[in-house]
Amino acid sequence: MSTTETTRGLALPAEAAPHRQGPRPDWVAHAVLLLGVLLFFLPIWIVLMGSTHDAATIGRGEVPLLPGGHALENYRAALEQGGAGVPVGRMLFNSTVMALAIAVGKIAISIISAYAVVFFRFPFRQLAFWSIFITLMLPVEVRIFPTFKVVSDLGLVNTYAGLIIPIIASATATLLFRQFFLTIPDEFVEAAKMDGAGPVRFFLDVVLPLSRTNMAALFVILFVYGWNQYLWPLLVATSADVETIVIGMVKMIGSEANTDWNIVMATCVLALLPPVAVVVLMQRWFVKGLTETEK
Amino acid sequence: MATLDLSGVQKAFGATRVLHGVDLAVADGEMIVIVGASGCGKSTLLRIVAGLETPTAGSVRIGGRDVTALEPADRDIAMVFQNYALYPHMSVAQNMGYGLKIRGLPRPEIDRRVRDAAALLGIEALLDRRPRQLSGGQRQRVAMGRAIVREPKLFLFDEPLSNLDAKLRVQMRAEIRRLQKRLGVTSLFVTHDQIEAMTLGDRLVVMHQGHAAQVATPMEIFERPADTYVAGFIGSPAMNFLEGVLAGGGRAVALRAGPTIPFADGPRPGPDGLPLTIGLRPEHLRLEAGGLPLAIDLAEPLGSETVLHGRLPDGEALVIRLAGPAPRDGTLPVTLPAEHLHVFVAEGGRRLDPAPA
Ligand SMILES: Nc1ncnc2c1ncn2[C@@H]1O[C@H](COP(=O)(O)OP(=O)(O)O)[C@@H](O)[C@H]1O
Ligand SMILES: [Mg+2]
Repeated sequence: MSTTETTRGLALPAEAAPHRQGPRPDWVAHAVLLLGVLLFFLPIWIVLMGSTHDAATIGRGEVPLLPGGHALENYRAALEQGGAGVPVGRMLFNSTVMALAIAVGKIAISIISAYAVVFFRFPFRQLAFWSIFITLMLPVEVRIFPTFKVVSDLGLVNTYAGLIIPIIASATATLLFRQFFLTIPDEFVEAAKMDGAGPVRFFLDVVLPLSRTNMAALFVILFVYGWNQYLWPLLVATSADVETIVIGMVKMIGSEANTDWNIVMATCVLALLPPVAVVVLMQRWFVKGLTETEK
Repeated sequence: MATLDLSGVQKAFGATRVLHGVDLAVADGEMIVIVGASGCGKSTLLRIVAGLETPTAGSVRIGGRDVTALEPADRDIAMVFQNYALYPHMSVAQNMGYGLKIRGLPRPEIDRRVRDAAALLGIEALLDRRPRQLSGGQRQRVAMGRAIVREPKLFLFDEPLSNLDAKLRVQMRAEIRRLQKRLGVTSLFVTHDQIEAMTLGDRLVVMHQGHAAQVATPMEIFERPADTYVAGFIGSPAMNFLEGVLAGGGRAVALRAGPTIPFADGPRPGPDGLPLTIGLRPEHLRLEAGGLPLAIDLAEPLGSETVLHGRLPDGEALVIRLAGPAPRDGTLPVTLPAEHLHVFVAEGGRRLDPAPA
């Protein structure tokens, strides 16, 4: 599941509403929507159904569209043995730790950097801002080998720290918070000064509460981003202790012949659950954060 | 309660000089209105008093204590902002009590002060609401309440009424004045609206391009404006200005428009032929047989009065305000009453008073 799909799926009903009275017949809209739903939902449905059949059914090349009777044993197998020797439960835990730490860490670091850049005058402020901005243009892949060298010299290979710290800073989130902070009226800053609130009080009492919806929206996006990390964990997390679910699934797909596709699909479904849960739980805040600013 | 003294306050933003040395002494409990056109430095002056800007030169003393180097929070003042600056995520009560909370006042004391201020302003029923659930007038009251609970030495207002509609503005204006009188807190009030200034202030500071052009009571400013800028700024419709020169050994003015008018209040110092600007308020002009012919080009009937715009034979514009209905066009005879002349030196626009006897 990618972030853009999530966004679009959630925003659609609100956008479609004003067009109700238009001259275009309703069924066109419905047909397009249905097509979209099919396109996004069909693969998930196939995985869901595949996870309830035995290995033989899928082995014969069938693509079952109806539930089978082996759901329980497939999921038990996935959770207990997993693939490639690591139980799925362990990998889910690792992925959750990584995604949570990345989301929380990115938000914490970028909100503080944005606060500094927007509300304080200090030497090289512009330089600091532009340096952050420019790193936006560097994809992770470009810096991946030097980063690996540093992480391995620090002895952080196969640790949570090594998995998380190199991707914990976020230029994008910093810029988003900066843009939001720029819309906070100067009068609030001045009123706080008159009230006697120092920079820390102002941050905690005014800036943080005003940023709640933005933080919630970013949390969802960044959690999914962290959950879906592939390249970096592949390099740095090679031991079973810290293996993530995304890597685990890839490893489970060995050669075409001896892959237990039913187990892979059960694992797939399990891997979907945490990000889906996060999106559903945060959806109210998330949509609010994307569509309005509380001012 | 405190006095406020500004001496030689200057402010420059980079190369732009905004204030050129403002002096002001405000008495305890006095309400001073700073009025002037947009961009003349009113807000800058107020923000220097607040401590939100640092003056380039000069000093600010509150209650005799030099506060020029102090932080806003240490000056014991409260400010009402133009857009109210109410924190949107806090309730009305929290907004009002926030400054007290930071000061570390005990909870019951904060509650008591917030309730008292709310009662004073008639907003007790709103204490649990959020700012966005309030109307403009209610927000204005909350902003006032936030200032009142602090029990400060000085109130500062920066155009607090300019976001309200006309009717509410008049109402809040009266309310602010009553409240200020009742609490007796020394206040500075910034506005660009001359009516607001005239009705609110014990004294006015008329600002012009970073100078205090005149500091005086509203009536004194209206009756004896210090220069042509003040004369033209205060009063509506604005004062008429006619060109002339000093004549008759300083006893009269020879107007370019024709007549020579003797000064009713005594001779002016200066050589004959000194270029003068003569000010006449529209309401002091009369239509009388034998006056100067005024060609009317616009008549504005306002019900209880009529404003006539016209031109004198030499081309100078003249505005007359008459009680009741008036002829709408044609050429009318207008007399310039000697006892209502304001005499200014043409160069620089300074007021020229009779030489002391
Ligand atoms: N922070 C600032 N930086 C540069 N120029 C400023 C700043 N604040 C105000 N000014 C300038 O100072 C002048 C006076 O501003 P201000 O005091 O806000 O005027 P007023 O309140 O009378 O309309 C204006 O020309 C404005 O552009
Ligand atoms: Mg201003």
